[in-house]
Amino acid sequence: MIKFTVMNQLKRIMGFLWMILAPVVIYFLVTGALHNIDSAGKKDINKPIPWIIIIGIFTPIAVGLVIFGFYSIKGEYDKLPESSDEL
Amino acid sequence: MQSTSSSGIGKVIFSSSLGTLIEWYDFYIFGMLAKTISVEFFPEGNDTAALLSTLAIFAAGFLVRPFGALVFGRLGDLIGRKSTFLLTLVLMGGSTFLIGLIPGYRTIGIAAPLLVLLLRLIQGLALGGEYGGAATYVAEHSPLHRRGYYTSWIQTTATLGLFVALGVIMLVKSNMTDAAFTAEWGGWRYPFWISILLVGVSIYIRLRMKESPLYTKLKKEGKTSINPLKESFGHKGNFKMVLLALFGAVMGQGVIWYTGQFYAQSFLENTVKIEFMQNREIMLWGIGLATPFFLVFGALSDVVGRKWIMLSGMLLGVIFYRPIFNSFIKDTNVKEWQQREQVVSKQIDKKMVVKLDTVLNKASRFEIRHTSIKWVLANGSGFTESSTDTIGKATSALNTMAKKSNKPVYTDKVLSGPLKWKFIFLVFLMILFVTMAYAPIAAFLVELFPTKIRYTSMSLPYHIGNGVFGGLVPFIATLLSTSFANEPLVGLWYPIAIAALCFIIGAIYLNNTTDKNIND
Repeated sequence: MIKFTVMNQLKRIMGFLWMILAPVVIYFLVTGALHNIDSAGKKDINKPIPWIIIIGIFTPIAVGLVIFGFYSIKGEYDKLPESSDEL
Repeated sequence: MQSTSSSGIGKVIFSSSLGTLIEWYDFYIFGMLAKTISVEFFPEGNDTAALLSTLAIFAAGFLVRPFGALVFGRLGDLIGRKSTFLLTLVLMGGSTFLIGLIPGYRTIGIAAPLLVLLLRLIQGLALGGEYGGAATYVAEHSPLHRRGYYTSWIQTTATLGLFVALGVIMLVKSNMTDAAFTAEWGGWRYPFWISILLVGVSIYIRLRMKESPLYTKLKKEGKTSINPLKESFGHKGNFKMVLLALFGAVMGQGVIWYTGQFYAQSFLENTVKIEFMQNREIMLWGIGLATPFFLVFGALSDVVGRKWIMLSGMLLGVIFYRPIFNSFIKDTNVKEWQQREQVVSKQIDKKMVVKLDTVLNKASRFEIRHTSIKWVLANGSGFTESSTDTIGKATSALNTMAKKSNKPVYTDKVLSGPLKWKFIFLVFLMILFVTMAYAPIAAFLVELFPTKIRYTSMSLPYHIGNGVFGGLVPFIATLLSTSFANEPLVGLWYPIAIAALCFIIGAIYLNNTTDKNIND
């Protein structure tokens, strides 16, 4: 039985924040791309390729953050494993 | 399981660290010589070359490194640590050497940037596989009470690789003219060629090493993983720890690492405009003085735990980045220098270019006057003041019609002795934060995952944190400074925000315990 401490409560509450944060990050990346891609510009932020790569790699990371938040809410991090047998 | 003897562990650390150091060196020289490489292989005005150049910069760091972590991590868990990190070393050294052999765009056309891109991607792939192998290999030879200290030797390699790369480039550059350095077969290729010697030595040493004792035992017992990727990321119990490692430790470490070592150098060169060689001298001193602290904090983590040392490095970055970078700007205000110090010499160089206005009015012409003044002040400091005046004139009367003067630009700033040492101290501080956040991370990651999937499980979060979160620092800094053009420190908000977020997650979710048994 896991002791329901204040810290565990905090971990679970913060889980909601991580789940909200992930789509917010992707939203800012997509709007950043739309605002800055410009064929007349010379900087990297004006080229589509870096944005495609960055959004492409950040999407699974954001999905990971949502899962991290979900696991937090479910109490998966209330007690961290102390040996590999617990994994 | 018996840990390796003291003399044995010395050899293990040396062979692993040397190879990893060389891999970092190989990866960095491409970035440091990017301007010259760009002229040689990716000429301006060619759209395909420009596209390949962008891919070489972004794909190698962001896409291929994590992919390399998966490919070689899996291999390391299937066939063993030793063979895998030997393979990454061969791939990295071979591709670096070959980059130095590719003829320029003028000689073989589009094949040149294509080959460079291909080799750069192989470099990214190899780097993705190297670190996890070396860290795992050393940790699996170490006794519990020295695991943080022994693996911190691996942690020094990223910084020492930068140190060696800076040193080699400076050495080559200072022994020839700029023209000789940047020529098609010029000095810029030497650092690439040197790599093959270093890699040769390292391969020889690594070939003589034995497989990790923990992995050997696992193999003997037939307990190695059949599908490390599935077990690492498809099994909830392990996957949640991968996520925790990434968001609670490695992403913060990545931005601290990148800001202290690379963004600082780029900021001093491009925003503060410190003279090329002095900028590198400042970085070399800062890095050289701070590097031993990797070992100090690695050893300390064996005593007090990994968590709070890593998180303290992040917190210090969050608190001190803005004051440090602000000091870089304030202390290099040349107007103040001129008021405080006597002028020793003032060397004026004027150039004029005449252009006819053929678009609007054929009867007028423009004179573009470039004035460059090299100032030397009494305390040894100096700078170059450059200004451009555009003067429009009617060709018949040659009367001045309009004059447009651009604001003078101050470049090639040379700091006085005491100020240079202040900057070295500030860079040292930032590298010190790096040593805190980075030194215990190998031991921390090793302890988080079981032996049979350790290589795979620790490599991916490490390269996402370090390569993606860290590597994004300059891109996001450019993005922010475009949106907030008048705020020179705006680029720092990205590393500050990521480090703060990671600090919060780490502080709340991580335990400060040290895994006593990684033998499982």
